[in-house]
Order: sequence, then structure tokens, then C-alpha cells
Amino acid sequence: MENGNSVGIVSYGAYVPQYRIAPGEIGRVWGADGEAMGKSLFVLRKSVPAPDEDTITISTEALRVALARGRIDPQDIGAIYVGSESHPYAVKPTATVVAQAVGATPYLTAADFEFACKAGTAAIQTCMGLVASGMIRYGVAIGSDTSQGAPGDALEYSASAGGAAFVIGREGMIARINTTQSYTTDTPDFWRREGQRYPSHSGRFTGEPAFFRHVGECARKIMERCSTQPADYTHVVFHQPNGKFPTRMGKALGFSDEQMRWGLVTPYIGNTYSGAALIGLANVLDHARPGDRVLVVGYGSGAGSDAFDLTVTDGISSYDRSTGTPVQEFLEGGVPLNYSVYAKFRGKIHLGGSSA
Amino acid sequence: MGTVARFWRETPRRYNLGGNRCAHCGSVYFPPRSVCPTCETHRRSLGHLEPFQLSGDGTIFSYTVVHDAAEGFEMQVPYVLALVKTVEGPLLTGQVVDVDPREVRIGMKVRAVFRKLRAEGAAGVIHYGYKFARVPEEGRPAAGAPARAAVPSRPDAPAVV
Amino acid sequence: MRDVAILGVGQTKFGELWDRSFREIGIEAGLAALEGARLSSHDLSALYLGNMASGAFIDQEHIAPLILDYAGLGNHHLPAIRVEAGGASGAVALHQAYLAVASGHHDFVVVGGAEKMTDVPDALGQAITSAAADQEWETVFGATLPALWALVARRHMHDHGTHREDFARLSVLAHEHGSHNPLAHYRNKISLDAVLGAGMVAEPLGMLDCAPSSDGAAALVLGPLELARRYTDTPIRIAASEMACDSMAVQHRRDVTTVDATVMAAQRAFRRAGRAPGEIPLAEVHDSYSISGLIALEDLGFYPKGAAAKALREGVGAVGSRLAVNTSGGLKAQGQPFGAVGVAQVAEVVRQLRGEATGRQVSGPERGLTHSLGGTGATAVVHILERVN
Repeated sequence: MENGNSVGIVSYGAYVPQYRIAPGEIGRVWGADGEAMGKSLFVLRKSVPAPDEDTITISTEALRVALARGRIDPQDIGAIYVGSESHPYAVKPTATVVAQAVGATPYLTAADFEFACKAGTAAIQTCMGLVASGMIRYGVAIGSDTSQGAPGDALEYSASAGGAAFVIGREGMIARINTTQSYTTDTPDFWRREGQRYPSHSGRFTGEPAFFRHVGECARKIMERCSTQPADYTHVVFHQPNGKFPTRMGKALGFSDEQMRWGLVTPYIGNTYSGAALIGLANVLDHARPGDRVLVVGYGSGAGSDAFDLTVTDGISSYDRSTGTPVQEFLEGGVPLNYSVYAKFRGKIHLGGSSA
Repeated sequence: MGTVARFWRETPRRYNLGGNRCAHCGSVYFPPRSVCPTCETHRRSLGHLEPFQLSGDGTIFSYTVVHDAAEGFEMQVPYVLALVKTVEGPLLTGQVVDVDPREVRIGMKVRAVFRKLRAEGAAGVIHYGYKFARVPEEGRPAAGAPARAAVPSRPDAPAVV
Repeated sequence: MRDVAILGVGQTKFGELWDRSFREIGIEAGLAALEGARLSSHDLSALYLGNMASGAFIDQEHIAPLILDYAGLGNHHLPAIRVEAGGASGAVALHQAYLAVASGHHDFVVVGGAEKMTDVPDALGQAITSAAADQEWETVFGATLPALWALVARRHMHDHGTHREDFARLSVLAHEHGSHNPLAHYRNKISLDAVLGAGMVAEPLGMLDCAPSSDGAAALVLGPLELARRYTDTPIRIAASEMACDSMAVQHRRDVTTVDATVMAAQRAFRRAGRAPGEIPLAEVHDSYSISGLIALEDLGFYPKGAAAKALREGVGAVGSRLAVNTSGGLKAQGQPFGAVGVAQVAEVVRQLRGEATGRQVSGPERGLTHSLGGTGATAVVHILERVN
């Protein structure tokens, strides 16, 4: 999928809810050594959405920032795709609400993507095609989640909330997308059946045959196609269900800590699922300079991998980030919660009939 | 309760703070009004109220910390409810989120954010709309409403409502 | 327009009347009022009934003919009219009845006010009464009636230097007076510390700054003053019955700390009665929240804006002071059956003017004032009542 017509990122915004909970606090409740768990997964804390936040509000906040920063008229948006596995409704779109809330309706196409954790990167690919073909002027790709882990499950230590929105276009690019590459197989390491509240996973199977194989193969393939070596990239971003997997992946592929530095956000906010790689990319762009080359490799359990090769343009120098919050602040800040309040916020407490 | 249509028809206001302004006297209204109460001759304002977009920026004019929640807000207790003086003039009632209630002050700068207002039970529709978040005194403002005027977002919405 | 007098009053006990239905309390108050007026039901020509939300509270609308029917007047085929104006429903019903008698269209009418609030759970009750505020632009965003009054209170404190204790005093006063009123919902006295230390509802308003939800009914019989002596030795003249309205939502008011509807209704009432605030020795004001009572004392013209706090600190409000406030116990202690309060306030002033307010009697009052609010002040009604000598 060579990007013949020049297409890239015109603007972006990220949003992470303010609350945080630490693995030690989660482990305390379940009689586990949460701190050790956090260290081994390299997850120091995770974000928690407020009771009035969900994928729709997170997506909207992120997109509003992106539109303000890029001074983009919402009416020039031709498509909005929201990738998430925690759409608030089982049946009823997310993207329509987001489109209405940013003033992009009615002359646009919109759809929700649900494709494990790579629904957001899939949305970027879709936008690239529509923009490159001239069908639309700007396309919006959002990856956003308020993911849930079953109480006491290993996932609970990392599953968090956040998202990022990217405006894809041809005019005023701050990063050109040179090419994209996907790697898709049926490898069921993670799933949630209809009607089930929490997802299931196949434990250690999610490592080698799933994450590492797909991300690794996808990264190797895109570098082969671009005739690049790891050393050619200033920054690399991987999907990051925890801090451990992407770090190990990067090392195995030959990337240095310095290259992975800005793209690694999960240790500080947890696994934002569809938002994870995209918030990492947002943080990279917060720090990028003209000419920087960026490799992004997303991943979704059972869905495969999407990779992007980008070059930061001169446009980044004049890009106005005065609106919105830099990702770094989301990584540093936060209001700590204890497990009780966390459980209340996440709807883990069984309520009587009168409370919704 | 059949409130879907009732909420839906206010979407442009609740999502995007679409108000209106009297072309005669310049008064800004939120929610939009059909008749300008400020104009000396009300009739004169008829047909002269034009859409006007609020920015979502304002300051706290008064506030309370609610402990006995309104229906549907039980999970957020205690929550801050405020009268917000928008920079364009109108006073709005809304929650202030992501703030320590002890830090709220009259005069504090806030900006509109997009949140869930309430859900009609576990199976019903979820309603969304504006709330307010504190704007940090120094540094960057929090993410907020669109920085520029959005066009009316429902094509069939009358220009004057 | 002819002078209108109150010939009789009736009122049920206010409170949690578990074993009594809406119909029963409505009829009890009405019949007591007729009894007091020594009037036969054959003399009546209309019924006005103030009620805020019977549909939501007891699943029953169309209640005016219902009460007429169960009062045994169904076969008289009188017009029976329900009036709704939030917490001012009863007062507006009285205003309408007053106009009907003053105009000469009707001679003798019954004005009732009734609400049955305890048949629904507390949370639902709050949601129902909050509908007196703007449902689309206030309550939908998490506002409740106490929260809206708390916004008013906070701004009043900010603009006028009022302290939390200043309005808390009104609750203490209400319970002091309510302790002498056998019909009151609450008859216990409370201390200032108790009010200040009560659990918060919407800061700065606590539990004891808020009037309760009550069941109850009150009724009056009105007639032309020129015929009144036939039926009672102590007719009370309605010297003024005035009403004013304002924006529905607090956010749209000219000044958040002033209820302009009260200001206007009071000015009209004093003009109509040819009286000044200084001539009023007793007032029943709408203290659905302590702050609403304090603000009423200012907006009615008794004190300049910001000065009611000082007066209350100096003991104004008590029986024996220059202005006795809420001798019934007010909405806070006598109780708050929404549709009934406006009528009950008038009933209390009638009792005072007749010298029947045992234990809380103001010494020889010539006149008194009542003040009722709907919602947060979109409706205000002021009545001035006088002895006829």
C-alpha cells in the first residue's frame, strides 16, 4: 500500500481522563502483590474514566483539540471513523455523536470500527485511501477506549481509558505518511463474546504467537518495503498492552531506548487499547522536529498488525499546540483513586434497582 | 420515558452551545430565544435573531457542591454545579468536573467540555452535553469546545429557534 | 371591583399522613373552611384548587372535579378549577378566586390547596418537585431545587457579605414557631448549631436549611366583604392580591440574588393596599430554603438588599419583635405540601388577625402579609390581609 499521492497527518489531539490507580492498590484488594505485577508488566499506574466519561466523550475531546490546533473547519471533514472496543452502545453509532459534537454534520460519512486494539490504525488507513483518492478533503481517525478488565484478572492492572484523534489530509501536513503495511492472521488470543461484560484472553499465548509475531513481522515487512533499518527512525511506537511487550519488541528489532522514549506511554496511563499506539504517536509528534522519521506498529489481538512509516514535515515548526493538553502532562499528572472509588466509577459495584 | 426526541431536538445547543443574537440590540442568548427580551419593542426583534456560537469559555459566577444528587447523578456525588458567566455574556448552569470541590472559587476560569449528562437506565439512551472544566491558571487551557465557530449542525434546524 | 373577605379557614395537619389519601385531606380542609364560615355548600359558586403535581405524585390528574365530587358537591355542578404554579400553586389559586369574587362573577368560593407527596420515594419526589425549575436548561445538568437555591445563596454571600448563620437563623426561628403550631409537620425546636452542623444537601445549604416534603391541605372561603358579616364576626379583608413572574431559570435572572418577581408583586401589593412595609407586623414568607426566606425579607421591601441578615441577627422575626416572620413555622417547620402552602400561609395570617394563634400570637396585629414562590422565583404572589374594624 504505497502512498503514491502524498497524504499525512494534518493535526492531532489526545485525551486521557484524569483519574489514576496504581497496580499496588489493585493487588491489595485481591491479595496479590500488585506492585510486583506492575513492575513485571511495566505498568506504574493506569487511567480511569470518570463516571461521565466514555469512548464518545474521550473521542470528542481529542478531536476538538485536533480541530482547534489545525484550525480546521469541521465542515471540511469528509469522514469520521472511531475505532474502539468499548463503544458505549452495542447497537448505535459512536461516530455520529462525535461528528455532531464537533460540528462536522451532516455532509460526511462516518462509521465505527471495532477491530481489537488496532481499530484506530485501521481508521487511519481508511482515511488515507479516501483522502488520496480525492473523495474527501479531511478524514478523521480516532482510536479510543474505556477498556475493562475483570476484577482480579491480570488485565485489571492495565486496562485503562484514553484516546487520540488524527486528521488525515493532504494540505498542511505535519507528518507525511510514506507508506502503511498490515499483517493479518486469525490468531485468537483475546476475545469477548456478545453479552459478556469482560473480555477473556488465552494467557501466555498472547505473547509469542500473537503480539510478538505480528508486530515483529509487520515491522520487518514495512522496513523491507521502505528499505530502511531501525537506525533510520528517530522514533518508534508500538502497540503497548503494557510497558514490557513493546520494550522487548523494540529491543528484539534493534531499536534503542532513545528511539522508543516518547512513543511509550502505557507505563504511565495503562493500556488504552485502541488509543494506545495512537497516544504514543501523539506524544512523539508533541516532541518531533522536521525531518524526523517515525515508525508506528499497531496491533490488535486476533486482528493483526498495522504499520506506518512517517516523515515529520516542516509544518510541525509552525503547528500551534496552544489548545489541549500535551501528552506528557497526561503521563505525569493525575488524581489517584483507591480501589473502592475506582470500582464505583467503573460500575463494578452491584447497585439496587433505583440507580442506573 | 419517551425523552429521546426531547433531548435530540436540543442537540445543537447541548453539544455545541449554539445560541443566538439579536441583530437589533446585540444581546446574546443561550439557549436561543425567538423573541428578544432586551429590545424595547419585542416585535422588532422577530426574525432578527441570528445563530450565535458560544465559545465555551467563562468564569464561575456562583457554585455549589451537591451532596443530594439529582436523579442520574448519584455516582458523581459530591459534584460541583455552577453558574458560569460566559465570555459572550449569557449565564449557564452546568457541572464543573475534574476539580477538587474545595478549590472552586467564584471567578475561576472554566471551559466547556463534552460529557455524559445521564443515561436512561441500563437499557435506555445516553444523553451527552456540556459541562465545564477548570482552565489552569498558568499554561495551557484544558481541551474544550471548538475553538472556532461551528456552523449550525442540523441542516433542517431553523436559522432562528 | 369590590372588596373581598376571607370568611373561613380550614387546614389539615401537615406531615407524613400515611393513612390519609389526597381526596381525604382535600375534603377535610375544605369542609373545615365552610364550617368556619357558617356557610352552606348551597351558597358556593366555584372551587379553586392549587396543586403542583398530583399526576406525578398520585397518578391522578383532573383533580378539581374529583375533590368537588367527594366533597358532596358533584350534583351542584359548580365550576372546579385546578391551578398550577409550582410551590405558589395555592397562592395563585387564591389570586384567581379573589379576582372572580372581586369582579362580581362569583359570590362565595372555596379556595383549596393540597399535595400528597409521600406516596412516592424520596428521590422521585425530588425529581418531581425539581420540575418547577427549568427541566431543559437547569435540572438536566444536575441541578435540583436546593442546588439552585444554593447557587443563589453563594452569590448572595459573595455580593452582600451574608454568612451561612444568617440564613440558618430562619430555620431556628421556624422550628421555634412550629413548636406552638399543632398542625405543623415538625414541632421540635432546633439550635443554630444543629442547623450549621446538619449534613449538607447542596453547599452551603444543609438538611435543616431545607423545608420537608409533606402531605397536607388548606382551604379558605372567600366572599364579598359587603356580605361577609352575615357569615362571620371576624371577616378578614384581602387588601391586596398581587402576582408577578420572571424568567424560569436562575441563570436568566437580572440579578441572581434578587427575586424580581417578589419585588414586583410586593410593590404592586403595597400600592394596592395603600400600605408600606413598615406597617406590616407579621409576614409568612416562602422559606422553602432558609436562603429563600432571607431574600424574601429583602425583596418584599422590609429590608434593603443585604440588610436582612443584620435584622435577623438582632432578633427580628420572633413573635414580639417589630416583624414576626413565619409564626406558623413556615414551610420549614409547618411543612411543605407544595400546592397547599400558599393557602396555609394565608390561613395562619387569618388566625393571627383573629387572635387564634395560641402560643405564638402576635399582639393585636391589624394586618399581615403572605409571600409565595413557584420554583426558584419565576412566580411570586403577595397577599396583604387586614382586620375589618
